Amino acid sequence: MEHTLSLLSFGPDGWGDQIATGVLVTMGLAICTLPFGLVAGFFLALAKQSNEKALKSAAEIYTTVFRGLPELLTLFLVYFGLQIGLRQLLIFLGVPAEVEINSFVAGMIALGVVFSAFSSEVFLSAFRAIPAGQYEGGHALGLSKAQTMYKIILPQLIRIALPGLGNLWMILLKETALVSVIGLPDILRQAGIAARVSKEAFLFFGIACLLFLVLAILSSMVIRAIEQQVEKSGIRT
Amino acid sequence: MSAIKQLVEAQRPPPLPPAPWTTARIAGMGMMALWLVIGVGIILFLTTEWDPEKIEKYGPRYFSGLGVTLSLVGISIVLGAIVSIPVAMGRMSKHMLFSGPAYCYVYFFRGTPLIAQLFLIYYGLGEFRVELQSIGLWGFFRDPWNCAILAFTLNTAAYQAEILRGALRSVSTGQFEGAAALGLSRIQTYRMIIIPQALIVALRPYGNEIILMIKGSAIVAIITVFDLFGETRRAFSRTFDFQAYIWAAIFYLTIVEILRNLWNMMEKRLTRHLKR
Repeated sequence: MEHTLSLLSFGPDGWGDQIATGVLVTMGLAICTLPFGLVAGFFLALAKQSNEKALKSAAEIYTTVFRGLPELLTLFLVYFGLQIGLRQLLIFLGVPAEVEINSFVAGMIALGVVFSAFSSEVFLSAFRAIPAGQYEGGHALGLSKAQTMYKIILPQLIRIALPGLGNLWMILLKETALVSVIGLPDILRQAGIAARVSKEAFLFFGIACLLFLVLAILSSMVIRAIEQQVEKSGIRT
Repeated sequence: MSAIKQLVEAQRPPPLPPAPWTTARIAGMGMMALWLVIGVGIILFLTTEWDPEKIEKYGPRYFSGLGVTLSLVGISIVLGAIVSIPVAMGRMSKHMLFSGPAYCYVYFFRGTPLIAQLFLIYYGLGEFRVELQSIGLWGFFRDPWNCAILAFTLNTAAYQAEILRGALRSVSTGQFEGAAALGLSRIQTYRMIIIPQALIVALRPYGNEIILMIKGSAIVAIITVFDLFGETRRAFSRTFDFQAYIWAAIFYLTIVEILRNLWNMMEKRLTRHLKR
């Protein structure tokens, strides 16, 4: 027991501080990915419900591809593909140099792309739940298209899409663990290093699982609070 | 009195005005062009880098990897379905003694990443080698394949239990009452009335779960099971040829799309009596 506690302590003998930074990295990655994924997903949903055939099918191809690929494969495609692509570009420009992509950036791009593909579906079904009368009402009031979207549609859209987006956030949080495979020092990787050095694999991977669980519980509390807040501002129908 | 002497030829309608170049149209055309460039680029890349020697060497390995992926997912889904039944029953039980543990089980496996669960079982249990040897289970846990099956089964059982519970709860209580009025026993009620209705509701989530498992199974490559992704990584580490990953993407997309379409067809067929 004492041995276990010293392994988990903060300081030179313990792994507490390394794992704590891992928690920060995991949360940082998920939080940095979120806005990018949400905005991209929103515009993809707009594209999917537009009347323009080309725009619609372009967005649909995007969703089909990134929903069908395993997240790990997307991550590797981004990580190695960007490195090779940038190197070719530099050779083409006449400045050959070794390019190393930061695993955090690669993780952000890959997870953001996957998140946007899924969130676009959530936004799309939320769009479909808003009756056409809302757009017509905005038009009748003389609002421009952008104003209608911003002042009338978006507030309702968020209320409808929130439960789906909350689920996607939980999935995103769990997917960040995959980025440890390309060397991001997140919870899982720090736990893995600690497990290899201390030969206490069960303890450290167990702690990694528990930390993810704590993050999930905290997020569900935050999501519930946001939902209640949004619910309060909404009209009862 | 006048009579019509001559029919006026029917006129063709005037041609439609050309579609206006709205921002949406320009953006759509631009993006389709981008996809076209990417598609052609990938085809060009695969044809110029086409190396019969590599294809001959790694092609069969990809197919064996695909077999490993599909059997891994198939076995775990079936075992998970079996495990999920008692878990779902526990979740729906009114006794804390049953519902508490079932709730914790589902919460744990749905709240933590699959990859962490896999590491916990493969590396974590490997630490108890002496204990496992003494009860004769070491042979089981030494093999990454068995550990992957175990982790995936436990994980998918948690998800499937929730699917099952949701589906059973979606059947209205009137159905139970009706069955009771007809004098059916509990088992008969479930077998003949509740489960057929619940399975239709559960069909789509089950399909999504299978697709999620196929995508999630790529992580077994990290614990040295040579599934489709494992073979891809091996091919890439030997050849440093990026087309290894492109081929993997084509393989995965193909299976997922086939499954998705198959599922859509099945759903259409099975719910045709509900169409109005």
